[in-house]
Amino acid sequence: MSRVLIKGNEAVVRGAILAGCRAFYGYPITPASEIAETAAVLFPQVGGTFLQAESEIGAINMVYGAAATGERAMTASSSPGISLKLEGISYAAGSELPMVIVDIMRGGPGLGNIAPEQSDYNQMVKGGGHGNYKLIVLAPNSAQEMCDLTMRAFELADRYRTPVIVLADGFVGQMMEPVQLPEPVAELPSKDWCVNGTAATRDNLISSIYMDPDELEEHNAKLQRKYDKIEQREILWEEIETEDAEIILVGYGIVSRILQSVVEEGRKRGLALGLLRPISLCPFPAPRIAELAETTEMFFAVEMSNGQMVHDIRLAVRHKRPVEFYGRMGGSVPTTQEILAKVQEHLPEKARI
Amino acid sequence: MKKVLEKPDSFYDEFVRKPGANPHSTHYCPGCGHGVVHKLIAETMDDFEIQDRTVFVSPVGCAVFGYYYFHCGNIQVPHGRAPAVATGIKRALPDSVVISYQGDGDLAAIGGNNILQAANRGENITVIFVNNAIYGMTGSQMAPTTLLGQKTTTTPEGRSAANEGYPLRVSELLATLEAPVYIERVAITDAKHVMKARKAIRKGIQNQMEGRGFSFVEILSSCPTGWKMTPSEAKEWLGGSMIDYFPLSVLKNKNGVHPDPDGARKQSNGHYVSRSEILKIVGAGSSADRRFAQPTVSSGFDNPRIKVSGFGGQGILLLGQLLAQGAMLSDYFATWLPSYGPEMRGGTANCHVIISNERIGSPLVTDTDVLMAMNLPSLDKFEKDVRTDGLILVNSSLIERRVARDDVCSVYVPATELADKLGEPKTANMVMLGAFVACSKLLSEESILASLQAKVKRTEFLELNRSAFNAGFESVCQ
Repeated sequence: MSRVLIKGNEAVVRGAILAGCRAFYGYPITPASEIAETAAVLFPQVGGTFLQAESEIGAINMVYGAAATGERAMTASSSPGISLKLEGISYAAGSELPMVIVDIMRGGPGLGNIAPEQSDYNQMVKGGGHGNYKLIVLAPNSAQEMCDLTMRAFELADRYRTPVIVLADGFVGQMMEPVQLPEPVAELPSKDWCVNGTAATRDNLISSIYMDPDELEEHNAKLQRKYDKIEQREILWEEIETEDAEIILVGYGIVSRILQSVVEEGRKRGLALGLLRPISLCPFPAPRIAELAETTEMFFAVEMSNGQMVHDIRLAVRHKRPVEFYGRMGGSVPTTQEILAKVQEHLPEKARI
Repeated sequence: MKKVLEKPDSFYDEFVRKPGANPHSTHYCPGCGHGVVHKLIAETMDDFEIQDRTVFVSPVGCAVFGYYYFHCGNIQVPHGRAPAVATGIKRALPDSVVISYQGDGDLAAIGGNNILQAANRGENITVIFVNNAIYGMTGSQMAPTTLLGQKTTTTPEGRSAANEGYPLRVSELLATLEAPVYIERVAITDAKHVMKARKAIRKGIQNQMEGRGFSFVEILSSCPTGWKMTPSEAKEWLGGSMIDYFPLSVLKNKNGVHPDPDGARKQSNGHYVSRSEILKIVGAGSSADRRFAQPTVSSGFDNPRIKVSGFGGQGILLLGQLLAQGAMLSDYFATWLPSYGPEMRGGTANCHVIISNERIGSPLVTDTDVLMAMNLPSLDKFEKDVRTDGLILVNSSLIERRVARDDVCSVYVPATELADKLGEPKTANMVMLGAFVACSKLLSEESILASLQAKVKRTEFLELNRSAFNAGFESVCQ
């Protein structure tokens, strides 16, 4: 199969189409608009629906309606838009509707700016909306993964009947790389729970309302059991040179690409650096981090935020090892040299090879 | 003989989803209008034989439990969002009958934009709007349709125009739109009016079944509990004050017009697309099938980190993309990153390109191996970032000064002049690309020309660009 040179944002749409998604409801926002623009071109060609909604809220609710019919449906936005969608996301989690939401993160809070940040970690990983729900959150770091993880997002959404987030930043969205386009998904799962306007689904109900406290508690317990199962089965991560690493760098998305360069540079300078990249942010690769805490001297988290994921690393490490943090905010992307200098400030003696 | 008071088939025989002891009564208060409206809808579903294909959208409000009663596919939705959800349903299921049921708080306040926009798109759905001038479910607060002087728990002295504005006439508002085919306001005050309401509901649903477009039936209805009245007082107030402010009429009825929005949508949506067509649409199996060998001669610029910079309109981003594309076709790893965020300060357009035999980490080019400076600000800004023994390609047509450093390799290319000679100054970027390929020996000419072919569709431009590329290539070889 041939490769194509495309932007991450364009790869998302291709992944969605190859995954059998035929409904895209969007609203323009920089730096995610290319996803809607690409979908506007490609979805009608494959017999799908593209509709620009009246608002972010309208878009997520259209996805809610489409998902309720059993269709693979998606939307995409950027941070402030995602804030607006949280109500709908909470309803979808409560009603157990599979859907894919792409968040191309930008600077905040408020209007912030259009430059890349990773400050939606808490919003996506910790809930954001109301209620006892969790989402599956996948964090691609290349155009290839923008395609592949979008496909996987649809698969996981259907398997667990849950909204899945593809969490990227402006850089991963804007960057062009060769992408190997996978085969289209041949068969979509059947959904006997959906409401599709037939006699077979006439008794089905899509709802998140449980007036009786006992019933709602049981519904919540069921959701938690589902999240436990996801945690047991669906953690994804990648490691580079962790075997003999005394400092393990931890970062996701575009930062993990820079950290890969930091590891290469650091190794050249005789520093025992390794990289752990969470690919699924929720479920978080906490078990693996706990294992690595047995052998490594310290962890060093780098985020384009005020330090959000670092708390999950600290929870996983349980104070066995120091967990340092370096972050940039406002849209500035840290460079390889900048991070290397920060790492060297915290260098434990053992980390020199 | 048929029982007169028989329950419609489109209702559940027993309301088992409803908590409480009595599975035969509704959860609505005595004198509430919802039960009547429900019955009119269910009877219509029976008569039109659409029970199986009806999808009932329950709002937030007293009708949130619509699914207790309607024996059809049910979807309960967020506050105010029923028309947006209904849009998603109907677009997915053009053959279904979607009934979006909302109260006044839900539809006219929090969901104001959703109903307006669904109506304006002419969604082929039927909206049943039950207007009782109050928030019933939450305990009698003011609604957008609450009448002036009407006491509610949030307007204890009565609604005042000065503080809360005037009651909203939603049907009149929506009737100003082009798309809706049918808007009528009815009331369920007495048997005669109920018959009119029945007719309106049937027409609204019939329209949808015929694919005519957006239909909206506003039903004035009583809420004795919320209004703090006896059912008979409520009936009187409904027939008097309510109808006085919200006159009953057909506000829009596009007879004879048959826009058939579903028909148009169906034509483009849902058609079968084969696997090979899908692959073609997403771009697989296109010109990129061709592969090119990596040149064997090394020029010392292996795995280069390249910055291309100039001003907007010089085709900087395209230049970078062609490099990355050529690299891809030659089986290198490649990244292309446009100037973005704070990088955009200073008025230069630039992009970062990395070509490598190894998997690429950071796509950011700070420590630069190759700088292609198309204008003076670019050279001024990025000259210092080029590593020792790096390469700087200077567009000498626009940059009069020499490179200030002597620890780098500088090549002066009169890119804009050469492009001018070809009759198209805009191809200066291709001249520069040719010069780079000649200097770096990293990519074959063929791979770049194949990339050009993939990016530039019009033959005459393709030829022009090719000539420009050659001019640049030769200018360096000389």
